[in-house]
Amino acid sequence: MGEPLVRFPAPESAPPEVDLPKAGRSGVQMAPGQGLRAYLGKVQAIALKELRVEWRAREVSTTMVVFGLLAAIVFGMAFDLRVPSPQMVVPGILWVIVLFTGVVGLHRSFAAEVDRDTLAGLLLAPMDRSAIYFGKLLANLLYLLMAEALLLPALLILFDTNLFQPTILVGLFLGSLGYAEVGTLFAALTAHSRAREALLPVLLLPVMVPVFIAGASLTAGVLDGAPGSGVGRWLSMLVLYDLLFVVAAYLLFDLIWEA
Amino acid sequence: MSMAVASGTSSAVDAPSGSPPVAAERSPLIRVDGVVKRFGRKRVLRGVSLEVHAGQVVALLGANGAGKTTLMRIVAGLDRPDHGDVHLGRVPLSRARHGIRRYVGLVSHQPLLYESLSGWENLQFFARLYDLVAPDPRVATVLRAADLWLRRHDPVRTYSRGMVQRLAIARAILHDPPVLLLDEPDTGLDPASVRTLEALIRQLRAAGRGVLLTTHNWERAERWADRLLYLVDGTIRTTPPEAVVGHG
Repeated sequence: MGEPLVRFPAPESAPPEVDLPKAGRSGVQMAPGQGLRAYLGKVQAIALKELRVEWRAREVSTTMVVFGLLAAIVFGMAFDLRVPSPQMVVPGILWVIVLFTGVVGLHRSFAAEVDRDTLAGLLLAPMDRSAIYFGKLLANLLYLLMAEALLLPALLILFDTNLFQPTILVGLFLGSLGYAEVGTLFAALTAHSRAREALLPVLLLPVMVPVFIAGASLTAGVLDGAPGSGVGRWLSMLVLYDLLFVVAAYLLFDLIWEA
Repeated sequence: MSMAVASGTSSAVDAPSGSPPVAAERSPLIRVDGVVKRFGRKRVLRGVSLEVHAGQVVALLGANGAGKTTLMRIVAGLDRPDHGDVHLGRVPLSRARHGIRRYVGLVSHQPLLYESLSGWENLQFFARLYDLVAPDPRVATVLRAADLWLRRHDPVRTYSRGMVQRLAIARAILHDPPVLLLDEPDTGLDPASVRTLEALIRQLRAAGRGVLLTTHNWERAERWADRLLYLVDGTIRTTPPEAVVGHG
């Protein structure tokens, strides 16, 4: 039979017992990398696929951006004239809009795969399935940041409050990262549920309370000119939250599909 | 799809169906061993066992809802059996790591393709997931084999049903897996595409691949497969049930 093209890998460390027939002319060569570089390559491939599909469909990003801007306008009208200083309400408004904008878009990351029957194609791929999670996480984070990039100027115009301050931007990034981490995980959990659009916010928003409190407190602290240590405490909380959930998601993601 | 997309000699394409050219005494590529699967209280599979050897095409026939797709999904590693196990080679899926999925290609009821991406982009994406070295020539080969080369940059949503199915088959053989699971692969294909699919199946057999396929078409199953099995009441039978005999 000559050289086998491929061999079945052993389940543990035992040598493979079955070789497969020679392939001949197809010339297919695979480089099954087990390293971080190969893993990151797949994460990148999935993230780029997400962005390419989204660029053509404009299903998630457009909805998030429009929802965020509309919510800002509604809040602007609601609080107009009745609030002595806009800086009192802007931190809360910013983070409420971020949370609800995320809910609008996050559920689609896995629901779209289920609706279009493409999820099995990803699950069949010979890779740690957490790569799917991280690929989608990157795309979701980008959509959130894009919506926020347009939301901040809108709040500047409507509330005359400048949120383009380094500490606020760092806090917004960390909060968005944590939100995308949890949201992507829960979107996977609820993807096969018929009531996923309603279920996701019910599950997600309570878990996001720490991010909301830390983000709003940090934003308020910066606007009020609080000392660095006070603001730093909230930043630390966001970093801790992000680390906790990225590890949890990495460990849990494969189990979602095994179940 | 009559070119060397799967491997083997070029003459293998025209090899007549019949006894497998590759020695069947090797360990089976697929061994399904007492698989039981329940959905709620309904037992869809009640101890299914079968083997597919290298160079063998096994057709699985059964009525709608008999559990053919469930069995295919279990063999592909997409679902877990409640009891029993599936071995690819001598590796039990229950203990296998994710790398085992490299050795399986699946054509399912759904094409598993992204409609807004082109055929080229879809296959490039899956080539990266399967760690193909220098994917461009391979993607070009399977696209030409699927007769989609001229439409390779068009979004999949503009393809006809038959073209989508051909692209789905191209995706399944992209990484030249030794085990092919074809769940009603002839669905939506025009007669010419069915003939090229038949040539591909012969080529896969000649190249020593193990093919497990399902179809509702009795005549095609007889023509394509070395062995026919019937999934009836959640169990495998080697003789056709009366309803199928009547149909045949």
